[in-house]
Amino acid sequence: MNIGNLVKIAISSLFRNKMRTALTMLGIIIGIASVIAMVSIGQASTQSVKSELSSMGSNMIMIMPARQHRGGVDMGMSSSKSLDDKDLASIQKNTRYVAAVSPMVSSAKQLIYGNNNHSCSVNGVSDAYLEIRKYELADGVMFTEEDVKRYNKVCVIGQTVVKELFTNGENPIGKSIRFGSIPMTVIGVLASKGQNGMGEDQDDIVLAPYTTIQKRFLGINYFNMLFASATSEEESELAATEITYILRSNHGIKQGATDDFDIRTQEELVSTISSVTGLMTTLLAAIASISLVVGGIGIMNIMYVTVTERTKEIGLRMAIGAHNRDIKLQFLCESVILSLIGGIIGIIFGLIISYVASKLLKMPFVVSQMAIVLSFVVCALTGIFFGWYPAKKAANMDPISALRYE
Amino acid sequence: MGKDILKVERLERVFRVGSEDVHALRGVSFTIQEGEFVSIMGTSGSGKSTLLNILGCLDTPTAGDYIIDGVSIRNLSKNELSTLRNRKIGFVFQNYNLLARTTALENVELPLFYNNTVPAKERKERAAAALKLVGLEKRMEHMPNQLSGGQQQRVAIARALVNDPVILLADEATGNLDTRTSYEIMSLFQDLHEQGKTIAFVTHEPDIATFTTRKIKLRDGQIIEDAPINTQSAAEALAAINLQKED
Repeated sequence: MNIGNLVKIAISSLFRNKMRTALTMLGIIIGIASVIAMVSIGQASTQSVKSELSSMGSNMIMIMPARQHRGGVDMGMSSSKSLDDKDLASIQKNTRYVAAVSPMVSSAKQLIYGNNNHSCSVNGVSDAYLEIRKYELADGVMFTEEDVKRYNKVCVIGQTVVKELFTNGENPIGKSIRFGSIPMTVIGVLASKGQNGMGEDQDDIVLAPYTTIQKRFLGINYFNMLFASATSEEESELAATEITYILRSNHGIKQGATDDFDIRTQEELVSTISSVTGLMTTLLAAIASISLVVGGIGIMNIMYVTVTERTKEIGLRMAIGAHNRDIKLQFLCESVILSLIGGIIGIIFGLIISYVASKLLKMPFVVSQMAIVLSFVVCALTGIFFGWYPAKKAANMDPISALRYE
Repeated sequence: MGKDILKVERLERVFRVGSEDVHALRGVSFTIQEGEFVSIMGTSGSGKSTLLNILGCLDTPTAGDYIIDGVSIRNLSKNELSTLRNRKIGFVFQNYNLLARTTALENVELPLFYNNTVPAKERKERAAAALKLVGLEKRMEHMPNQLSGGQQQRVAIARALVNDPVILLADEATGNLDTRTSYEIMSLFQDLHEQGKTIAFVTHEPDIATFTTRKIKLRDGQIIEDAPINTQSAAEALAAINLQKED
């Protein structure tokens, strides 16, 4: 018998008992819909967890001068003066995977406003620093490139500094704080960021243009550090490689010689993120595949009952000339069609569910093409796998007793 | 007479029930020629069902030979037997065996689905022609539950005819019908016989057998009688019943 006839027979058999067909499909529909919904909700929450974690600066890269030894004595971390304006400019210009870069020069100062004083380190940075460290402004503005160029005496302060200096609740914007003897105007206040992983207060901070700190405070022309951010966390390593290449050529380091700088990426953070999200996806897929198996067993159950119920039909088909193979293929075909149509409806339902869920949970709506293709394949396999046994049972019937079956 | 359509030689069939051998057929031999209308009679347990199963290629004999339309079924595989059933035999059952929720036309088409030599286009035409032959051209789109018992049996006969078989095998084809409808069905069989069809009709009702041209009687697995009979006309018998009613 040719395939066209087979499919026609299978479809008309399915149509002959619409209720049974619909109920059987329901198992597969629920199975596939939950797979699709689970996977896309899983991926959506993975994405939001990822963006949550990268707000911690998972794509941040730190570049420090190497340790220096003088007469056999280690001078401590970042003791050399190898990083300067030229390095900053060439990193800004010649990289593909570096999104932003900011230098940092630090100077510990006593801050004075009115009767209050507070000691903290003042960081000279560029306007890109906020983006790299994921700081946000609560009030006012960040200083600009123009301020950097003109060594302007402006600063942006953190919440702890506000609390310490402006004790009677006045607005710090526009006020002048003395840094030792030099007055600086507050133009912005940072939003609170709390403690970091090491318990350090991230709000006890003052940012000023790095040129101001270099020229007006310290009288130096090198940087203590460079902060950069990669275009994404996955590209951190590539960005680090680019920076290494640029700095080595800037500093004229010969092949084989050691770097006069250290580069650190947030590898640990990144690997934590990927292990968390991987675990989540696996868990969801495992839950979903259970429902798919249940759906498949539902098909087998109904097909098995169907074979008994349709014994007479099978006997008749054999009497009028159906080969055993024709009977087997008919039942197999029925279960594959059942699970494929059920699968298509399930995919549609799954997408609707994940769309609604994404709206309710305020997460991105992610359509996983992989999940769709995979569940379609699984559907066909389910149909064949769970249809095989009932189909074999049908094909092995003896036509004489099948015809006599009541 | 015409050629031999069916030929059985010393047919034996032994079933094993538990540790005992049951001899259902003990050396049955006969020949049915083209255009014959044979009734096969016998009480239950006489072996007539076993004989019918073998004639219908649903079962194979333990010993002896069976030749249908020149083909010996010895050494045929299951699939070859299936094909043989499809091309050479038309079954008519006591309980019609129509597919529920399927139109008369689709029921009649069914055997053609298992015949690759018939293209899809021809299928409907042939099924419609067969239904016309049994007088149901106005009921083609009816479902079995919308048809009377007699009409359902006509659909089944059309289904048996659609592949143009060499022989029609009817198994108690009037067993579920009242006398009047039985006579109508027998009248249809007689018409088909007139048109040259070869028919083997298994029954246990003696009055039904009188409408055939030859009677083979079985008892305990052996033929006890095989003779031509004085054929009655089913149409006349039907008219007689109608007359009785009017009185």
